[in-house]
Amino acid sequence: MTPLLYLLAAQAPDPEVIDRIPSGFSPFVLPFTIGVAFMFSWIGVGLIRLLAAIPKSDRIKFAKSLFIPKTALKNIKDLFCDCLFHVKIWQRKPLLGYMHSAIAFGWFMIIILGHIEVALFVPARLNVTRGGLFYPIFYRYFVWMNPGHTTLRGAFFFFLMDFFLLYILSGIALAIFKRFRSIVLGMRHTTKPSLADRVALYSLWMIFPLRLLAESFTADLSGGSFLTVPVNHFWHFLFGDKLWFMPTWWAYSICLGLFFAAMPFSRYMHILTEVLWILLRNAGIEPNHPRKGVAEAEIYACSSCGLCLDACPMNVQKKNLKYSSVYFIRFLRRHNEKKINDIADKCLMCDKCHALCPVGVNAPALRRAQRATVNNAIPFDYSYLSTASGSTLAGETHATLGTVRGGTGASLCEASGGAERSEAVARPRVLPETATGKVLYFAGCMTHLTPRIIKSVEKVFKAAGVDYVFADREGGICCGRPLMLAGRKEAAAKVIEANKKMIEESGCDTLVLSCPICLKVFKEEYQLQGIRIVHYTQFINDLIASGKLAVKNTGEKIVYHDPCELGRGCGIYLEPRAALGQVGTLVKASKEYDESICCGGSLGSLTLDMKDRGKISESSLDSLLANDPQTIVTACPLCLKTFSEAVSNSKGPRKDVKVKDFAEVICG
Amino acid sequence: MVDFGFGLVPSSRINLDLFDKDKYRELVKIEPDARICMACGSCTAVCTAGKFVHTSLREAIEDILNAKNDKALESLQACQLCGKCSMVCPRGINTRHLILSINKVYSAK
Ligand code: SF4
Ligand code: SF4
Ligand code: SF4
Ligand code: SF4
Repeated sequence: MTPLLYLLAAQAPDPEVIDRIPSGFSPFVLPFTIGVAFMFSWIGVGLIRLLAAIPKSDRIKFAKSLFIPKTALKNIKDLFCDCLFHVKIWQRKPLLGYMHSAIAFGWFMIIILGHIEVALFVPARLNVTRGGLFYPIFYRYFVWMNPGHTTLRGAFFFFLMDFFLLYILSGIALAIFKRFRSIVLGMRHTTKPSLADRVALYSLWMIFPLRLLAESFTADLSGGSFLTVPVNHFWHFLFGDKLWFMPTWWAYSICLGLFFAAMPFSRYMHILTEVLWILLRNAGIEPNHPRKGVAEAEIYACSSCGLCLDACPMNVQKKNLKYSSVYFIRFLRRHNEKKINDIADKCLMCDKCHALCPVGVNAPALRRAQRATVNNAIPFDYSYLSTASGSTLAGETHATLGTVRGGTGASLCEASGGAERSEAVARPRVLPETATGKVLYFAGCMTHLTPRIIKSVEKVFKAAGVDYVFADREGGICCGRPLMLAGRKEAAAKVIEANKKMIEESGCDTLVLSCPICLKVFKEEYQLQGIRIVHYTQFINDLIASGKLAVKNTGEKIVYHDPCELGRGCGIYLEPRAALGQVGTLVKASKEYDESICCGGSLGSLTLDMKDRGKISESSLDSLLANDPQTIVTACPLCLKTFSEAVSNSKGPRKDVKVKDFAEVICG
Repeated sequence: MVDFGFGLVPSSRINLDLFDKDKYRELVKIEPDARICMACGSCTAVCTAGKFVHTSLREAIEDILNAKNDKALESLQACQLCGKCSMVCPRGINTRHLILSINKVYSAK
């Protein structure tokens, strides 16, 4: 080989790197090249199919979003944070985060640096026809360092390549360790891999050790740094002068090829689909089918990381593990209709898996879409709503107008006479100047079954002199959220329409809700122009902050439960705590804010029975009572009822814990 | 039928031969709670839809047992799935799923 070296050196005087194999090809690259070409064609076809399946308006929205500076910036940030650094996993489980980012970011850097090296030293090889597909990957095989001509620049790249290789290897070591001892990385439950997963997984484990082997075998020819060079010396020490390096490169290439060939059928597909999903997600395109169109990108973006297993409140019982989002998504991929429906119906829709998912897979939304495929077709007859909203609904609404007008003392319309009532309906209301900020209070179905909430809210409103109207004092209709959760979109639209009409006709500018379930749907689906929609915790907190409502601190030890639809659903965590801090001493629950555990009463689940729900309530109580509070405070009628029952059913000192509604505690 | 000028009002006439065993089995399979209703009527008393039009889960369950499937469906067609009935049911019946299941099983021809 030495004459060849001199020959090449003579052609180009003193180059740093010499293209060792003039053809730039060696048969060992074939497994890798075939694997990667297969994967790219698979993805190309998939991408075209996906874009063809989404509505045209969404396609345009998607294309536009790529050029809106704000979205583009968010895309870049999310791609780096979510795909490469896995920030969300870091925040939750640092070791696991290290593992994911070591593999993702390390690999990314090795590929990028490999290309930079080629571009700097043998730029002609970047051309696809001259081996551009594989050359940068196997760069170290194809080149020969010109001894004595290594520059600082070259050494720097050697160092970087070795550094990132070591970084990846540490991640791989953790991954192997995790497979056998998942609890070490902070995971109680870990997913069961499928066959393709396993092929991909084992080849992934092998790729980087083999790369180290291959590169260290050739390090005396093609250069290396702190990792590959010493290992190379070691091989020389073991095997003598002549190192037979071909098998190592073959093995490296075969492993890469296997990995890429198995990739489209395994969880590792997420490495690429994640990118697409983040772009679609940030463009604001929502799936309207559980599997087709956008949902396809979404379900293939799931990395089966299994974080949703530990997150899911149903998993206090091991038998429920199979209902977790990761399996839901796996069965969606496999088109297993029976299992998909069972899983979709079981979920509490507490949204915790969505909140914690490192790639933002909105599994609860997919479940709703899945439920819709079955339940949307169920016939219904809501004709009474249109007639009712003229007479019964509006009549009852307006009958209550102005029954309490603490602020001005004047009433909007007296609730005494029928004639005046109907007049109030017909006459456009002109409010006195002072009565800006007309407040409409909508209690909702659930609140009507927990009258203590209504009583306390009204007491607070009176004490603060709030000028308000009670929209459904005599009972209204449902907000539509339970229908949405059951996947009955069309039926929900009817209910929403009727309520919307009633609210718009009331002429209010602030709508206060005491039920987080209502709040969520009012915010998301009603599109009430010019009306501020607030939860009573926010409204009351404002009253206290602005000095309109005086409260006194009793020093009671309070723990606050974040209702799913209020916390994760609407992002309201701080206001209730701020207000409660004024009336008592807040203690922490072991899981709170976006990690709060569903009370178990959720309307989201269609099939969970009382016994299973009871278990969930218990685990939620365990978390709340971690720091021995005297009182559990919640801000949702359903949580209030569920916890009250759970506490009265429990034994021992737990029975003495009080369960109260937010407004009740504010009243004192 | 010959009209003798007296007799049951047609709507309360029950013909148990018409009882659809297969459908009932199917219903009980997907929602076993269908069996444990004690006809207390709490669900109907609090019903949101019931304020406007006749809606009653209690009656629907009874109608099914009395082989009046269509009437059962009628009693539920206005339901808004609001869940108040499940909050009050003393038997802890998963009423919303029962309503959905009755609809699914009995509206399939
Ligand atoms: S849904 Fe999200 S959290 Fe669950 S396994 Fe998939 S990526 Fe992980
Ligand atoms: S929404 Fe809640 S109950 Fe449903 S799968 Fe996710 S974590 Fe579990
Ligand atoms: S879920 Fe249906 S039947 Fe039950 S109370 Fe609500 S409207 Fe009535
Ligand atoms: S409340 Fe429950 S037990 Fe009572 S009639 Fe209704 S479904 Fe049956």
